[in-house]
Amino acid sequence: MAGEIQNPIIRVRDITVQFGATRVLDGLDLDVKRGEILGFVGPSGAGKSVLTRTIIGLVPKVAGSIEVFGVDLDASNTSQRRNVERRWGVLFQQGALFSSLTVRQNIQFPMREYLRVSQRLMDEITIAKLTMVGLKPEVADRFPSELSGGMIKRVALARALSLDPDLVFLDEPTSGLDPIGAGDFDELVRTLQRTLGLTVFMVTHDLDSLYTACDRIAVLGNGKIIAAGSIADMQASQHPWLRQYFHGKRARAVMG
Amino acid sequence: MSSDPKLERIAKGNALALCATGTWTASFAPVLERMVADAEKLAGGSQSVFIDVSEVAKLDTFGAWLIERLRRSLTQGAVEAQIAGLSANYSSLVDEVRRVRATPVIDTSTITITGMLEQIGRTVAGVAGTVAGLIDMLGAVLAAGARTLIHPRSFRLTSTVHHLEQVCWRAVPIVVLITFLIGCIIAQQGIFHFRRFGADIFVVDMLGVLVLREIGVLLVAIMVAGRSGSAYTAELGSMKMREEIDALRTMGFDPIEVLVLPRMLALVLALPILAFLGAMAALYGGGLVAWLYGGVDPEAFLLRLRDAISIDHFIVGIVKAPVMAAVIGIVACVEGLAVQGSAESLGQHTTASVVKGIFFVIVMDGVFAIFFASIGM
Repeated sequence: MAGEIQNPIIRVRDITVQFGATRVLDGLDLDVKRGEILGFVGPSGAGKSVLTRTIIGLVPKVAGSIEVFGVDLDASNTSQRRNVERRWGVLFQQGALFSSLTVRQNIQFPMREYLRVSQRLMDEITIAKLTMVGLKPEVADRFPSELSGGMIKRVALARALSLDPDLVFLDEPTSGLDPIGAGDFDELVRTLQRTLGLTVFMVTHDLDSLYTACDRIAVLGNGKIIAAGSIADMQASQHPWLRQYFHGKRARAVMG
Repeated sequence: MSSDPKLERIAKGNALALCATGTWTASFAPVLERMVADAEKLAGGSQSVFIDVSEVAKLDTFGAWLIERLRRSLTQGAVEAQIAGLSANYSSLVDEVRRVRATPVIDTSTITITGMLEQIGRTVAGVAGTVAGLIDMLGAVLAAGARTLIHPRSFRLTSTVHHLEQVCWRAVPIVVLITFLIGCIIAQQGIFHFRRFGADIFVVDMLGVLVLREIGVLLVAIMVAGRSGSAYTAELGSMKMREEIDALRTMGFDPIEVLVLPRMLALVLALPILAFLGAMAALYGGGLVAWLYGGVDPEAFLLRLRDAISIDHFIVGIVKAPVMAAVIGIVACVEGLAVQGSAESLGQHTTASVVKGIFFVIVMDGVFAIFFASIGM
């Protein structure tokens, strides 16, 4: 237990990912500490989503190692891997809700698979999760096609949280939300992190999210992490892209 | 690291005190649920109720909710159950679940006789809806075609050629292979049975009439419905799901003109070509079997074929092809545009597209048979 607290929850070493001749990630190292909200930024097309998908095992890598919860994902057997997967939740960019299932069935899907609990408890937990992500219990019987974009993100977050994971991956959680909705979402992530003790890995483009929600920021560029640290470190950095990002027009507006 | 959760009653005078220990998390949820259900029976008769959670090693939403559920059911009348010994880490989680309204779940899916009758009624009404939808689409396609005739510049040649390649050129190998095999089988069966009364040579008549009038075009139409009709439905359906069709409409394009017309035109051109190639392949296959298996040499086969069939047989077959293509195309496009938001709906409509397409092709074939019989062709 003590070791697990000290060790980073995600430990990425020397990751290389290649699509054809283009090298997207090139010897990338990254640590995510337990209990923090890590904001992950970088120019469009830099490979932020690719790194996320590599860590969760959806994109094959050419070289490098990934440890999540101290388990080396390449060296692990199926049951170890299943165990790790049960402890993380993923919020995809488009929500990726199962379109033929209702909101209730979507949230209960992982529970049915991994837990043997009564329908009553599942229904109650579903309502609890919906309340936590700021939705009314009435949406439980709607289908994903009947939800707004913001609601889809919230339901997808509720599904990602349905097994009470220790780690959640959020891929651009606030994109496509109005500023108020995005602000609420940041607040929500913060609250959930406090109440559930989550570790959050958040890919984002939203400066507001970086300022209000994230404990630490990592910046991706040229297939590597070019900087990692607090928001103050980022502002002090002399890297041209970072200077532009954190001192541009929009950044000044956010800080102003 | 994780220890089995327990919920024990501790003596405390007049009060009911429960002490929760261990790991109250999702992985122990079944055990926890049983314990909480047992503890709920202790309600009543006590002056005050305490649930001591100071010994809980780990708590998540499942555990917190079950403690909250216990607290609610032990709260009766004036006696309010209290949660004691909550650590700072977990108090916000417990506060969070306290906000949850436990609304009873209403299960609406009960089977009743009226419900079943309603279902039958809706299905019957749906048949009329299907036919109306097909006529509607036919009209829309014809109108779009007329507009294109008036403004030929708006015709989408590239798209039409692309679809023509997909449904015609790429379908040639499989269509030729299957019709060739069917021709072989018809000839082999014919020879096998006709030989018993020495009528081997009549297999050529049977093959010619059957292939040119019916089998060639019908078989090819069924294959096209399965191959291209389903593809049309899936393409249009997934475009509908991702709002691409709405996007077209807002840009001032008519989806019928942009998406449906090129597909329909490609299919109407493709099916006669495929039916012709299919008929030739079937005759070739049949001739080959007649020669190798039945001993009818190619020259005799061709001579007999020339006597047995006339151009009428060929016309009867090929005239049906564009009509069947139109039916398949209209069914496929109607189904594609009827897809709703879910993956399940896409699957249902693709299935419906193939099933209805084949059904209407056979119905059309019957109508044609009656028509040709009455005009004496």
